[in-house]
Parts: sequence; structure tokens; C-alpha cells
Amino acid sequence: MTIDTKSGNGRTKGRGIGLAAVRGLALALVSLPGAVLCLCLSLVSLALIPIGVGLVTTPYVLTGVRAFANWRRVLAAEWGGVRIPPAYRPLPRGANPWTRTFGMLRDPATWRDLRWLPVDMTAGFVTALLPAVLLFYPLEGIAIAAWMWRLLDGDGGYWYGFVRVHDQSSALGAGVLALVLLFFAHFLTPRLLDAHFRLTRAVLGSNQGELAERVRVLTETRRDAVDTSAAELRRIERDLHDGAQARLVAVGMDLGAIEALLDKDPAKAKELIAQARRSSVEALSELRELVRGIHPPVLAERGLGDAVRALALRLPVVTEVNVDLPGRAEAPVESAAYFALSEVLTNAVKHSGADRIWVDLHHADGHLRATVTDNGKGGAVIGAGSGLAGVERRLGTFDGVLAVGSPAGGPTMVTMEIPCALS
Amino acid sequence: MRVVLAEDLFLLRDGLVRLLQAHDFEIAAAVESGPELAAALAELEPDVAVVDVRLPPTHTDEGLQCALQARRKRPGLPVLVLSQHVEQLYARELLADGSGGVGYLLKDRVFDAEQFVDAVRRVAAGGTAMDPQVIQQLLARQAGDGRPLARLTPREREVLELMTQGRSNAAIAGRLVVTERAIAKHTANIFAKLGLEVSDDDNRRVLAVLAYLDHGR
Repeated sequence: MTIDTKSGNGRTKGRGIGLAAVRGLALALVSLPGAVLCLCLSLVSLALIPIGVGLVTTPYVLTGVRAFANWRRVLAAEWGGVRIPPAYRPLPRGANPWTRTFGMLRDPATWRDLRWLPVDMTAGFVTALLPAVLLFYPLEGIAIAAWMWRLLDGDGGYWYGFVRVHDQSSALGAGVLALVLLFFAHFLTPRLLDAHFRLTRAVLGSNQGELAERVRVLTETRRDAVDTSAAELRRIERDLHDGAQARLVAVGMDLGAIEALLDKDPAKAKELIAQARRSSVEALSELRELVRGIHPPVLAERGLGDAVRALALRLPVVTEVNVDLPGRAEAPVESAAYFALSEVLTNAVKHSGADRIWVDLHHADGHLRATVTDNGKGGAVIGAGSGLAGVERRLGTFDGVLAVGSPAGGPTMVTMEIPCALS
Repeated sequence: MRVVLAEDLFLLRDGLVRLLQAHDFEIAAAVESGPELAAALAELEPDVAVVDVRLPPTHTDEGLQCALQARRKRPGLPVLVLSQHVEQLYARELLADGSGGVGYLLKDRVFDAEQFVDAVRRVAAGGTAMDPQVIQQLLARQAGDGRPLARLTPREREVLELMTQGRSNAAIAGRLVVTERAIAKHTANIFAKLGLEVSDDDNRRVLAVLAYLDHGR
């Protein structure tokens, strides 16, 4: 196959032009009536919504429009290699006509469909038809040049393009024009069909740039999340291995020694018992610290508000906490917000030189908003190896954002916002 | 002395029952969930309740909530709360009604049977038993520059720490291996430096100190 490509290039190309023309013709024949029908039905159905009939028909009509658009997406991918990913929101199943209708009407993809229909029946139709015209019209010219001019030679001649055909020489002129047109068709036919599909994508596809940017952000935050959680797991494993686990092994060894010493040397055994108890206490306190680092108990028991209050009580700097949360966020969001706040507060205590900190926590417009203000010396920035970059990454996983206002001389105000719903 | 015990882990519940029975407590009930605890506290009217913070069905702070609620119905009902971790937030909630008879200890304190039983007795008698961890956090916060606490001598701080845990002068003297009179002198100095009124009542003494630490900032 690969060896063949060069020699068969001309033939393949010729076939490609023919194929493009035939496909273009088929598309043109389908797009005009299809788009007109879809648009008319949609408009009528939408217009009938106020009297109720539209509520019943609109979901069906719009589903039909979607099917039509989806079929064109498939053609664009198969014939033109242009991928137009559909971005419809899932429809609530078994819902009443009202929610189905307005669910569909609220979907921006529906409006993209409806916007696309008039474009498809005009510009789309032209760009689909032109390849066929560009290929078939020169064929007519060649036929004229060959012999057909005799049949067409009526009163005043026959116009082929701008050439008036009335004898063999003018017919040859038409033939030359046909060849010139064919020459252009050779370039333009595939491109026009391509233009058709690109046009479809431009109108029907969702905003690709925005989507690509979103994908980039998601990919990045996912990588960050995976990295952090892997590092976290390693830390936990190491802490367990070096800490609690080792101490429990020591307890076990002590108990073994105690068993052996109990009769021979009770005094020594007693000493070992005390040592074993100390080890078990240390193991417990290490496990406690570990748990606090994974999921703080107060957070699990009371939620974000009280967890931050409890956190503030442990800080060496006087911290005022103001919480206005009517419910609880999902556990991962709560946890992210808690650790982000914890990091910001630790930063404030360590670096700001403040003697007072205020934390404000509330939920508004579908966002959890937390503000940490201190009366320290300011000058905090995101990045430059500060913990704030880590906080930003942590929040990024949840589409959260971090803003730092910290003029030199203070005060510092760190605001974070995470989109979430409360339950 | 009749005890109601609430702990969801069988091993620990069993151990606590045996420990308390060995020290002549009568176990009125040993339950494993919040609703059972609430019912037992209402019906059995125990002399003291020993309660784990985290209990089924919610596995959050069900035990603490039960204890607080029971104390609202029966003010001064002695409650000793045990927890895998201690938080000042919870300690404050327990102390908030100011009627004494509360304790809040790490579960590990059970390892030292004598001290633990002593704490249960103190709470049952209307005193307090605060975990050293809570007290240390409180003191660490209060020891900043320019605060009255900073003027205490190291020995006085030690005495204050033991006092806020709920120990009597005699107990503190025993712990620090000095005479009771020396402790009395220290406490008088502490009260003077902190500006607190002297009181003979063990319970009021502790509550006064805690109230000072809580609000005196």
C-alpha cells in the first residue's frame, strides 16, 4: 500500500475529487430539506409552547434535531476527518414534559443546533453543492467541445459560462474554459467540502478553545492531585512504618522479655512493663497525629466550621473565627478547604508576625468562601516556594481559586473560593 | 457507686467494666450506642457516666451530644468523657454550664488505672478532670508576652497545670513530692498574680482558673 501511494497519487486524487463532488452533492441534497424541515418544526413547536402543545412536541422535535445534527457529526468525521464532539447535557429520564422541554432549552447545545440550521441550509448548502458544480460543470463543457454543441446550437447560441457557443471553434473555447475550471476544481473541490465541515464545526461544535483550555486545566490538576495523594500515601506508610508499627513491635518484644523474666527477675520485669506501657502510649499518640493529618477528628464529627474553630484554638496567635455555613459540603471539599485553611493559618503564624488573625467562612452563590486576615507585616506572595502555591494546587483540584492581597507592611488577606453545594 | 458506661468497642468496654468493678464501682449499664446511652442515663440515674465521644449510629460526636443533653435535663449529672483525641472545643462545651462534675480525658489515660479511677471519683464528687493535653494547649496559648501567666514561676506553672486538671492541693503535693503547705502558698501566689478570688471549694477553684484562661485574653 505504502509503495503504491506515489504511483497511484494522481488516480487517488482524481477519485478523491470525484468522491468529494458526489458526497458534496449528497450533502447538499440532504442538508437543504433536512435543515429547513428541522428549523420549521422547531420554530412551530417552540411557538406552541405557550398553549401547551409545544411542551409535548418540543422534546421530540429537539431530539430529532439532535439526531440530524449527530448524523452530520458522523459524516463530518467519516468524510472530512473533522471531529465535532457532541456536548449535550443528559436529559432527565421519565421527567414530566415541562422539565424535559425546559431542560433541553436550557442546554446551550440546543441553541447551537438551532443556530446551525439556518447556516446549514444556506452557507452549508452552497459549500456542499459547489464541489459537485465545480466538477460536473466542466464535464458539460468538455462534452460541448466534443460534440454536444451541435445539439444545443439554438437561436443566438448557447452560453457556457461567458462563452457563447455557436460553432466548433467557440465550442473549443468552451472546452478550454471547462479545462480551466477543472483545473481549479482539482484544487477547490476537496477544500470546499472541507470548508463545509469546518463551517459545521464552527457553528455546531462547542467552543473548542474554551474546551481545550478546560481540558488542559483538568489534566494538570488531576496530575497534581494524583501526585499529592501518592506522596501523601508514601508519607503515611513511612510514618506508620517508622513510628507506630516499630513501637508496637517493641511492645511485643518487651512483653516477650517480661514473660521470660517474670519468675527470674521480677524487678527487671517491672521495669520492662513500664517501658512497654510508655511505648504503647507513644504509638497511640503517633497514630493520633497521623489521623489528624489524614482526616481531623473534629472535621469528621462536626464539619468544617467547628474543625476550623478547633484549629484556631490550637494556634498560638489569638484567632477569631466567624462561620456562616447552613450545611455541610461534601467530604472531599471540606477536607480540601480545611487543609488549605490550616496551611494558610500556619503560614500566617510562622511568617506574618501578626498578633491577631481573623477567619471568615461562609457560603454564597454556590461557592464556599474563606478569608484569612492577619495584622502582620504583609509581603506574602503565591509561588516563590511559599506554601501558598501548594494551597493553590490543592484547591485547583476542586476548581477552587486562591487570591492573596498582601502589601508590604501588611495587612495580609488570603481569600479562597471553592464551588460546591451544601447539604 | 453506680456507673453507666458507653463505649462501642467491645474490648475497651469489657476492660473498663472489669477495671471499674475491681475498684468497687457498680456497673448499672454498659451500652454501645447513643440512643441506648440516652435511655440508660434517663432511666437509671447513675452517680456518674463514663462516655466515649464517638458512638454509633452516627459515629460522630454522638456520645458527647448525649452527655450534654443529659446534663441539660439533669444539671450537674457527673459525666466523664473519653476520647481518642482531645479538643479544647469539646472541653469548653463540657465546662460551659459551669456546674462542674465533668471530665474529659484521652482514652490512653485508662492505662494508668489508679489515676483513671481517681478521675472518675473526682468527677462523681462534682469536681473536674481535664486531660493534661487540653490544659497544656490552654496554657501555651496564654503564656504569650505581657500576659499575667508569663509572670508565674516555672513551679507555679506546674502547680497551676495540675490544679486546672482538677486535683486538690493534697493530690498536687503528693504528685510534686512537697508539703501541702507549700502548695497552698503557691496557689495563693497564683491566684494573686492572675487576679482570681481564693476559694476553698476544689470545683470552683478549677472553674475559676479555666474561666480565666478562656476569657482572660
